[in-house]
Amino acid sequence: MILKGEKILKQYRHSGGIINALDQVSFTINKGDFVTVTGRSGSGKSTLLLSLFGLIRLSSGKIIFNGKRIDDISDNHLTGIRKKSVGYILQSFALIPYLTTIQNVMIPLALEKISQKVQRKRASEILDFVGLSDRMDHLPRELSAGQQQRVAIARSIVHQPQIIMADEPTGNLDPMLSLEILEFLKKINEENKTTIMMVTHSPVAAEYGTVKLHLNEGKIVSS
Amino acid sequence: MTISKLVLIELWKRKSQLITGLLAITLGISVIVAIQSVSVVSEENVARNLDNLGANILVLPQVTSIDDYYTSDIDAPTLPMDYVERILNSTIAGVDNMSPKLTRRVKVGDQSVVFTGILPKSEIASKPLWQSSGLLGTQLTTACAPNQSANKSHGLEEEKLKRKAIDTLYSDDCFAGSQVAKRLKLSVKGRINIMGKNFKVVKILPETGTVDDDRIFANLRDVQQLLKIENQVSAIEIMGCCNAISEGLLGQLRNILPDTRVTTIGQIVSTQIKTNQLMKKVTLVMLIIIFFVGGISIGNYIWANVNERKREIGVLRMMGAERSTIYKMFMLKAIILGIAGGILGFLLGTLAGVILGPYLAGINVQPVYMYLLWSILLSVAISLTGSLIPTYLAAKFDPHSNLQED
Repeated sequence: MILKGEKILKQYRHSGGIINALDQVSFTINKGDFVTVTGRSGSGKSTLLLSLFGLIRLSSGKIIFNGKRIDDISDNHLTGIRKKSVGYILQSFALIPYLTTIQNVMIPLALEKISQKVQRKRASEILDFVGLSDRMDHLPRELSAGQQQRVAIARSIVHQPQIIMADEPTGNLDPMLSLEILEFLKKINEENKTTIMMVTHSPVAAEYGTVKLHLNEGKIVSS
Repeated sequence: MTISKLVLIELWKRKSQLITGLLAITLGISVIVAIQSVSVVSEENVARNLDNLGANILVLPQVTSIDDYYTSDIDAPTLPMDYVERILNSTIAGVDNMSPKLTRRVKVGDQSVVFTGILPKSEIASKPLWQSSGLLGTQLTTACAPNQSANKSHGLEEEKLKRKAIDTLYSDDCFAGSQVAKRLKLSVKGRINIMGKNFKVVKILPETGTVDDDRIFANLRDVQQLLKIENQVSAIEIMGCCNAISEGLLGQLRNILPDTRVTTIGQIVSTQIKTNQLMKKVTLVMLIIIFFVGGISIGNYIWANVNERKREIGVLRMMGAERSTIYKMFMLKAIILGIAGGILGFLLGTLAGVILGPYLAGINVQPVYMYLLWSILLSVAISLTGSLIPTYLAAKFDPHSNLQED
């Protein structure tokens, strides 16, 4: 078991009352799983993904990562876990616009204060892996959407995380590019045994999951 | 890639914003440098004019009042000549010139005149009005000028300097004040008998409006011998740096000359100090205004930058950047802006001072390179202060809400 959620509750208060974005959600993810999280808009998929490593703080419940409870630890400690063990891929790619492809990929290594020489070597290898070795010095705006997402994938795996959290990684891509990205993720999952948790609307993408969670109104209705 | 490099790349890639951000602080610093450059020269001019008023400290025998000194009574007390050496050999800072003198009222024919023994070089050095009439003494640095080193004494120390005109009084020579010359119908190269000794008048002094106009000046040693008051003087007039006076010069003099009366010529000193204080206040007011305006401008720029980069901050936080890293990013940016603004502000301000000084203030302004360091320090301080709040808020941003902007 790499990640476990127990009775996760996330409530939002607003003028009309309290909304349970996540309502007593429990699950277990094992190392090497490719987990897909599906559900309608507003079902709590992204909230679940972002709350697991502290980007959203829970109202109650437990999150256990590598056997240790992480829902009640300090912000700095959670930041440290995200830096070393988690890679994120977002629907909008979230690349830094003024950095080149390779510089974007080097950021997670820079945050770990790894030497620039090693950063460049590893980033080059990863960009080669995602097929962008000829686009290293391009700015994000000079790349296609599919290429940008591949840069985002490269950035999410360059520091060899234990788990990748992907929030609608194919949401902005056409079907062909989506398949290409999904194949990449599958390759990463299978070759590196990296655990992947992917939120998606797409039934096609959901089929890539070896573990499938379906959320409805903040509750897991099937797994 | 490092965080510093990230900051530099961001600055470089957004040059137009960088220029906007730099503009406010550069202009602010340049205004301060220009004002300061012009005002230092102005202060020196003012201080020089103030120093024309002459000595501002009197060392008198304990029992002598200032009135006694000016009336020069026949039996007025004296103090040892050695006291001059005692001051010279001390480590007291801010004594720019000393003029020991022995003064007595004597009869010349049926006229009463004040006969004064002086050390001509130091006396001339302390009397700018005499200098302007062709008696060139040691050129004094301005006692009350800003940035004046208070540790050097002038006048007696620099006697070896060559003179271009009369600065000595030979044994039989004398200077005559303008009033006494009229009264006694004296002229240059004329003769006057004082206490049985025949003196040649080598100079009629210009009118100064002071007691000097009614005096005849001869070499101190001649006067001491004639009056039979060897190695004694009536007073030591001192040109003291007015900053040193306000910082306790009088007390220091009293400590080494315990049996004397050390007093200031109040109006001169207070005028000098007030003028200096006014100059400092004007600069301080400008400094405060620019600190606030510059700080707010930089703060506004950093805040706009923070808002523009919310998503980027969210992404960095998501990838594991600590709050301190975000803080460091923006503070580093503020420091870089501060350094660049300081250098540019110094260059622009110095250029403005050098070009505009002669036109606006009628003075020649020279670059003061020390201001470069101060400009950078001030600019960085303004920039950091202005950036504190926006940077703090940037570091506090909730990464999730920033990512949601996608």
